[in-house]
Amino acid sequence: MTRLPRSSALWIGALVVIAMALLPFWVSAYILSVLTASYYFGVFAMAWDLLFGFAGEVNFGPTFLIGLGAYTAGIVDNQYGLPIVVCVALGALAAIAGGLLLALPALRLRGPYFGLVTLVAVLLLQNAIVIFAGVTGGEIGMTVPDVLSIDGNVNYWYALAFLVVCAIILFGLSRSAIGLILQASGQDAVEAQALGFNVTKHKIAAFCISAVFSGIAGAMLVFYEGAASVDTIIDIGIGVQVIIAAVLGGRRTILGGALGAVVLILASEALRPLGQLNTFVVSAVALAVILFFPDGLLGYALRAGERE
Amino acid sequence: MTGPSRLAVSGLTKRFGGLVAVKDIAFNIAGGEILGLIGPNGSGKSTVMKLIMGIERPNAGTVKLDGVDIAGWPPHRIARAGIGIVFQHSRPLHRQTVLENIKLALLPDSLLRLAAAPGVDERARAIAERVGLGAVMHRHPSTLPFADLRRMEMAKAIARDPKVVLVDEPFAGLTGAEMRAFSELIHGFREEGRAVLLVDHNVKSVAALVDRVLAMYLGEHVAEGSADEVMQNETVRRVYLGGKIEAVERRLETAGASPPLLDVADLSVFYGKAQALEKVSIHVREGEFVSVVGLNGAGKTTLFNAISGLVPYAGAIRFGERSLKGMTAGAIARGGVVQCPETRELFGDMSVRENLDLGGQHLPAASRARHLAWLFELFPILKSRQGQAARTLSGGEQQMLAIARALMMQPKLLILDEPTLGLAPVILEQLSKALERLRKTTSITVLLGEQNVTFALPHADRVYVLEHARIVWEGDPGRFAEEMGTGYL
Repeated sequence: MTRLPRSSALWIGALVVIAMALLPFWVSAYILSVLTASYYFGVFAMAWDLLFGFAGEVNFGPTFLIGLGAYTAGIVDNQYGLPIVVCVALGALAAIAGGLLLALPALRLRGPYFGLVTLVAVLLLQNAIVIFAGVTGGEIGMTVPDVLSIDGNVNYWYALAFLVVCAIILFGLSRSAIGLILQASGQDAVEAQALGFNVTKHKIAAFCISAVFSGIAGAMLVFYEGAASVDTIIDIGIGVQVIIAAVLGGRRTILGGALGAVVLILASEALRPLGQLNTFVVSAVALAVILFFPDGLLGYALRAGERE
Repeated sequence: MTGPSRLAVSGLTKRFGGLVAVKDIAFNIAGGEILGLIGPNGSGKSTVMKLIMGIERPNAGTVKLDGVDIAGWPPHRIARAGIGIVFQHSRPLHRQTVLENIKLALLPDSLLRLAAAPGVDERARAIAERVGLGAVMHRHPSTLPFADLRRMEMAKAIARDPKVVLVDEPFAGLTGAEMRAFSELIHGFREEGRAVLLVDHNVKSVAALVDRVLAMYLGEHVAEGSADEVMQNETVRRVYLGGKIEAVERRLETAGASPPLLDVADLSVFYGKAQALEKVSIHVREGEFVSVVGLNGAGKTTLFNAISGLVPYAGAIRFGERSLKGMTAGAIARGGVVQCPETRELFGDMSVRENLDLGGQHLPAASRARHLAWLFELFPILKSRQGQAARTLSGGEQQMLAIARALMMQPKLLILDEPTLGLAPVILEQLSKALERLRKTTSITVLLGEQNVTFALPHADRVYVLEHARIVWEGDPGRFAEEMGTGYL
């Protein structure tokens, strides 16, 4: 086996995190703001990967859970002026409720049908926000009175710390006994049940966990940006980006989601001079990676390590 | 055999829509006893296994484990109550090692216990050693040979320490030596006092292992007793062989003279790691009617699918002057090799007429009409059913439609895969007459795959016997009864 020993993988991880933490002393404020947003996206992608890569549930609408968290937190802040921590917690609760709502059809429907339900859920949420424009700001969007910080560096560190904490928890979970059972349920639910595992229970748990992280990340993104709008948080296109990030990074790796999100967002920044062509080129490259390296960036590296 | 029964099944019934898949099945298995549940494809034996495991819910009946009725429970509760299953096919965790796959089966069903309990590692290693995976326990499943994957499934079942073990087709795809190793493992279950249910196609493969055998056909119990008794049973023989083997008179004018139309040489096929065909060579001459007989799982369908270009293979297949290798399934069918598959593959929502018209797509209108008229003569029942949706036909009518549709393509070689599957005897007679007419009135070349020997022999010019992925006998049907008749089941 050419796999790295556990301790050296830990060291590399620690070094990467330290290097990331030192970035504010090197790069421009603009790049820093791009990275900050990409870290929240990284959490979206990791949360999505837990549901798809492990539990095997194809959620085409990750922004449903994200949006519930973001908008709940934003509305509560706007209406009642509660502390940010409380707003974020309430956002997380709303996302869990949404996750449970999605889990119901997921346990009854298979594959493409469930996927369709998740898409419709996003459209419904989008519509609800437009209809209740009085509290949500509708199509124009909503600004929140509170922000995490007005200092770009502090915002960056918040996002980085959040990303690292989420990565450790989600990755740890994926490597735990629960991660193993979830993978078994996702790959062969009948056999998992025959081994005595309550697949329903584990899948509902996966939905809740994915929802919590999506919701908190969505809420934090709102308090970082100081605003929320359908176009930047809920639109199906945003959801597709989250999915591409997770697949690009490597599904069933969790950490790949974070990697994919950063790569994807940095790539579209780097190609900004191309103007209109930018999105096209990024999408085409992402498509090529998915076609030729279906295991994704991190998955490909791991696979190479697995080959003896 | 005398002890109290561990597993007691009674009145077990399962309906899928109008189809009764399992009808009033009852049996007991004591601890330390092995029961073989046998039946051809579609007999309902696998459904019985799924009903016991809770994968399907029974419509009626009880399944008692040590006196507790578990019928209708969800599978995970049944598993925890003490029933384990060894699946024939499984999807192991590919990113994990063999050992980790075994450990999975040792984990508690809990959301709060993040780490495996101490001692799990040691137990998993012990189980891996026991099933013969000791040397490969740190490898990934994708690098293992087929037999080792099945050992891993066995290991997962052992890890649950079940009181009752259900094993689906224990020996499918295994070589002789591997079969012996698996027999020993299953014997081990018996010595530990577990009740064992082996589900298989035929008595022969499990005869040496079982204490008793229960045979099923079309969802019903047909015989029960020792392996020998069941093999001698009249009903069982009729189900598998189609009753007494008739003496057959032959037309011999074509055989031996014409060049082979189809020539299959050293054909080998693997499904993943399981070998489905091993160096099979057959040929069919122009105008000949050749039957390939063999029990379910012998490899008949695989042979036909290889010829039709549906599965990758090693070896050579020639049709006329051309090699079929590398040709797409569509090109092979257009070239004149038309298969009428075991599963029939009718377009259920289309009418009988539409199904036939689809088969005759490439024909000019006039000759299509002529051809259709000829087919309606061959299968009169189809004429009166023209407007009916194919899915509403009876099993026998569907089979006739499938054959008629294949004939609409005007094949040079017609491949019929198991046309008698799941059909009642009276339908078999009609089908048999239609084939006889087909043979007498046309010069068509036919390759027939059958388990039912009585159906396969009367029409055949030559017979091949396929057993365990190999051709074990070739000859004319007259000699079949004396040379193969007794050893076949």
